[in-house]
This record gives sequence, C-alpha cells and structure tokens, in this order.
Amino acid sequence: MAATTSAYDPGPPPGPVPAAPRAALLVLADGRFPAGGHAHSGGVEEAVAARRVVDGATLEAFCRGRLHTAGLVAAALAAAAALGTDPVALDRAADARTPSPALRATARRLGRQLLRTARATWPHPELDALASAFPRGAHQPVVLGAVVRAAGLDGADAAHCAAYESVSGPASAAVRLLGLDPCDATRVLAAVAPAVDRTGAEAVRAALRVPESGTGALPAASAPLLEIGAEAHAGWPVRLFAS
Amino acid sequence: MHLHHDTEPHGHHGAASGGGHPPVRPDGTRRALRVGLGGPVGSGKTATVAALCGALRDELSLAVVTNDIYTREDAEFLLREGVLAPERISAVETGACPHTAIRDDISANLEAVEDLEDANGPLDLVLVESGGDNLTATFSRGLVDAQIFVIDVAGGDDVPRKGGPGITTADLLVVNKTDLAPYVGADLARMAADARLRRGGLPVVLQSLRAPDGVREVAAWVGARRAAWVAHP
Amino acid sequence: MTAPGTAEAGRGAPSGVRATARVTAAPDGRGGTALPVLTGEGPLALRRVRADGGWARALLVGAMGGPLGGDRLTVRAHARPGARLGLGSAAATLALPGQSGEAARYDVRLTADAGAELRWLPEQLIVGAGSDLAVATRADVAPGARLVLREEQVLGRTGDAAPGRLTSGLRLRVGEQVLLEQELTCGPGAPGGWDGPAVLGGHRALGQLLVVRPEFTATPPVARLLGDHAALTPLAGPAVLVQALGRDALEVRRVLDGALAELDAPDTGP
Repeated sequence: MAATTSAYDPGPPPGPVPAAPRAALLVLADGRFPAGGHAHSGGVEEAVAARRVVDGATLEAFCRGRLHTAGLVAAALAAAAALGTDPVALDRAADARTPSPALRATARRLGRQLLRTARATWPHPELDALASAFPRGAHQPVVLGAVVRAAGLDGADAAHCAAYESVSGPASAAVRLLGLDPCDATRVLAAVAPAVDRTGAEAVRAALRVPESGTGALPAASAPLLEIGAEAHAGWPVRLFAS
Repeated sequence: MHLHHDTEPHGHHGAASGGGHPPVRPDGTRRALRVGLGGPVGSGKTATVAALCGALRDELSLAVVTNDIYTREDAEFLLREGVLAPERISAVETGACPHTAIRDDISANLEAVEDLEDANGPLDLVLVESGGDNLTATFSRGLVDAQIFVIDVAGGDDVPRKGGPGITTADLLVVNKTDLAPYVGADLARMAADARLRRGGLPVVLQSLRAPDGVREVAAWVGARRAAWVAHP
Repeated sequence: MTAPGTAEAGRGAPSGVRATARVTAAPDGRGGTALPVLTGEGPLALRRVRADGGWARALLVGAMGGPLGGDRLTVRAHARPGARLGLGSAAATLALPGQSGEAARYDVRLTADAGAELRWLPEQLIVGAGSDLAVATRADVAPGARLVLREEQVLGRTGDAAPGRLTSGLRLRVGEQVLLEQELTCGPGAPGGWDGPAVLGGHRALGQLLVVRPEFTATPPVARLLGDHAALTPLAGPAVLVQALGRDALEVRRVLDGALAELDAPDTGP
C-alpha cells in the first residue's frame, strides 16, 4: 500500500458494499429522463375531458386501474426482455395485448424515442441490434427491458420501472391538466407505491415462466376504457398530449 | 433594417449531435441544417416560418416541425398558406410544456425531423417552430444547429431591455411587426439599441412581414447559415 | 359427465359439475353443412335449429342453469374446412355462487379450419352476486377462415348490491400468430381500480365482438368510435375487435349489433 497520509480516515465500511447497481435505475426511472414521456398522459387527458378524472381520488383510482392492467402487462414484457427473451416474440405479444391501434402506435413511438436516448446513454450492441430490427420502433416495454440490460440492471428493475412509469406519467399529466396540487399527485404515487411493488414482483414471476411456457405466460390484463379512450383521444383535432 | 450581420457561424456545430445524432447522413453528406424559431405567443413565429418557406423553397428542400401547444394549429396555418406540401409539415405534441419539448426532452422533435427526412428524401433545411412560450425558452443544441428568437413590437418595447435567454443568446433576434410601432407607441430605435446591448454582437433583424419581401434579411441569414453548414468539414 | 353421481348430485360437491358440449360441423356434400358431432352434458345441452344458406345452427339450451361455484363447463366447436357453423345460446348464462365456495370455470374452444366460417353468438353472461367465475375463450382460426365471436358480460343482476367476481379471457390465434390476448378481471377481490376511470368507470355491462376475415389483410377496417364508450379497433392482423361498455345489456347489444351489421354490409369502407 502506498503510504499516503490523510487527515480523513473513513474507517472500515459499515457493512457489505452493495454489489447490485441501483443508481442507474434512478437515472432510467427519473421523470426527466429524456425519452419523450413528458408529452404522453397515459390516457389521463381523455379521462379528464370525459370528467372521469377530476381530483386526487379519481386520479388514484385511474392509476390503480392502469397499474393492474397496462402497467402489469408492460412490466412483465419489460422483465421478460431484460431476462433475454427474443424481442421479436415479445413485440408480437405486446401487439396482441394492445387491441387499440392508437396505443400500439404510441408504444412504438415511445419505444423508438427511448431507444434513441438509451443508445446515447448506455451504448450496447444489443440496443443497436434492436434498432436495426425495429426501425419504426418496438413496443416501449420491450425496449425498456433491453435498455435495462444495457445499463447493467436486472428483470426486477425493468418490471418496477415499467410499473412505476404506468402511474407516474398519468400523475404528472394530471397536475398539468387539472391544476392539481403537485403534493396531491405525489401523495397518490406514494399511496400506490406498495401496489407498484407487488405488480413488479408479479410481473417478474410471469416473465420467469416465459422460457418454459412461451409468451402466453405473460399477463394480458385489459382496461376497456383506456383502449376506447385512446381511440377517442387520437381523433381529437386539438390536444396537449400525444396520448 | 439590418443592424448587424455576423457572417461567422456561432460555433456549436460539433455539439449538434444530441440523442446519438451524428451531423452526417449514412452516405457521409451533412444532414439538413436545423433552425429553431422560438419566442412568445403571437410574436409572429408561424408567419415568419411561412414567409421563410416561401422565400427559400425554390432553392432548398425544406420541411417544418411545429410545436404549438395546441397541436396541428400551426401546421394547418402553414397548409392553408400553401407554403409547403402537407408531407413536409409535422406537428409534435408537447404535453402542455412547449419548452420541455424543445429543450429538456427533445425526443419527439428529433423523431419528427427524422421522419420528415425519411419521407421526403434528403432535406437541406428543417425549421423547428416552438410553441409560444415565455422569454426563457431556448432550444437544445441537440435539436437545432441555430436558433432564431422572434419578439414583436406590440409585446412592449422594453422586452429587449429585460433580456432573458432567448433575447440574449439566440443566434438571431427578430423584432417583428415593425409596421405596428406607431400604433403601439413602440420606440424601434430604443428596442434596437437595447437588443444590441444585451446581445454582445449577435445579429438583430427588425422586420415587417407586411412589407414586400419583408422576410428577406432573415432568409438571407438562414441562407448564410446553410452555406456555412454545408461547407463545414 | 365425469363428476361423481348425476349432475344434480354433483351440485355443491367440492368438485362441482364437469360438463362438455361438443359440436363439429362439416360440409354435407350438397352445399349445406352437417353436424357429425353434436353432444351435450348436464347443464350444457345442444339442440340443432333450422338455418339456411348452407349454414348449420345449434343452440346451447341451459338445462340446469349455472355455472355454480366449483363447476367446470367446456364448449368445443369445430368448423371443418368449408363448413358454416352458427352457434348461440337459448338464454343468458347466470353465474351463481356454489355451496363449496370454489370458483367456477367456463372454457370455450372454437376452431375454424381453412375456408370455414364460424359464428359464436351466445346470449349474455350475468355475473350474480357472490359468484366467482373464470371464463376463457380461445379461438383458433386457420388462415382463410372466418370468425364472428361475441361475448357480453353483465355485472350483477338487477338489485344485486355488488356483482360477483369475473375473470374473462379472450385469445385469438390466426394461423400461428396470436392476434389478441386479453383478460378482464372485475368484481370483489379484483385488483384495485377495476371499476375506476381507467377500466370500467362504473359501467355494469360490457361486450366484445371479434371478427376475423381474410380480406381484412388487404383492406383493414379503420379504427373508429361507436358512441361514447365503444370502439372498433383493427388488430395487428386480419381481425377487428369491438369493445363496448354500457349501462345495461341492451345498450351494449345495440352497439355490437350495429358494428356487425356495418362489417357485414357489402361496402364496409369509409
């Protein structure tokens, strides 16, 4: 050891140094991660216009519904992609779980935008291959899973990230659309957080069955109003959010 | 009235590669020059874009991305004006935050630019028009190679003095609607002097699009930027 | 019937009733369709009814009601190459709680071979208070075959304070490709938000109409809204799904009938 002298002696580490990367997940899940999400309301813009979401309580109900349907499906797709499942098969499975063409187009747009940012952030040959295979974009959760791999994270990280995104996007859009107190929206996210954790875990369990059972093992929870509302929203001549 | 014209491009070319976007096409030629137009609501951004398209479309292959807070309105204006074919105009939704879409998260705009290039073949120039915002809104260098900030005399002749990032740092400041100055009591000389003071040598154009060929100076500036962009090694 | 004893005796036993109805349709060689297999069991009785235009039609006749908790009912319908089979039910299906507290299962397996046409148009499923039912409908359609599939769910009978619990899954495979995989879970104990603004929004009746036609490959119908709470959506293949929500079964039926009539009209393009 070099005989460096320093007045500061941190002493022995307080415990085992965590080996699993964690900060990369914070980077990826940060609402300011520049992958286009800010312009998408996750269906809240239509739900606000239809007066189904009017306040914090209805926002929470919206978030719970979205989490357990589209959120669970996205989380499982992301986890499966992060675990190395063929992205082409997962993308088809995502199509089958997304009857609304407006939502399929949105998922591909967001996937393409995420991939652009991720390739600049965590360059990785698998991301390059994904971009070549899907020049018009793969479903966002499938891309998310691949990005998670490139960032050195795991399937549970992918699932939690997707599950969280399924509620964080609508919550921040509701702040802008309803003039909701930002504290109320954040309280909704905190209230839903345990369900996000459970959803992430359920998604990972499903993803782990894919190697043996195929993509049919992935959840397919459906939310009719999200799908119908997405088609309504796509037809608006004037809108603030892309979806 | 052209107060100052700095023909030297203001750096940043090498930095215009955000989001993993190299400034060259796969075939080695430089991609289209991207020019952003920002400024407050109603200052005449869309009218300037329309006039620029009219002035430049014969010599350059052009496309426009609009970021109006109400998506498609600007695009429809451009279509009505007949300045560009519909497939050369793309509208981007901004989630009620126009400045986010041009500065903090430029994904949707980059995608729109790419799609326009894919759909229309190699382009020479892409104009990216921001949604009307406040004086702090500026474009990311990852999205545009040069930016024009458009204010108008009716917005108050103290705007240049107040400054703000758009006024002070834009590659070109346009003071629009000079024809309205007598009606709104705006002191054009004062606006020009304040702008010069704030901008430390960056160019300023005062224009009225009601005048014949009113966009000429801005078009010339864009043309010079385009020439410098192509010549860049 | 594979449950111990008769169907009646099987009621309420932990294992419930096991019953399968089977129908197979094949061309009769004279331009019509024969039903070489037409068998029902217990609560799933099948009866052939009159039809014309080369079709064979059969109805499920609810001999005993149900499904009750613990029951396991299966319908298998197979249209062989070139056959035209229409299958419906004489009355609505009412899910009720059983004595065992177990969930009930209702599986529907539809197969349409090349050149065949299969229509599954049963009456509504009513999810009575306290019931717990998992429905799984799987349609396998060969390339070139045609399918019309309608399912409707009514959550609770009039006067029920709460509906029963329902998991309703729908999977469509065309050739080797799964084009639709969806599952709706609602009622007591369903994951949070099922009745909220993202999922059902307080609606108590819903329906799905799935239409598969080879010509949709070249000319897919355009996605469109059908009223305030319904949409027709082309899937990523030669099929469309109509999803409708309504206050009651009639409203949903009107929307689905209208959509089917529009798709059946010679000029379905916009």
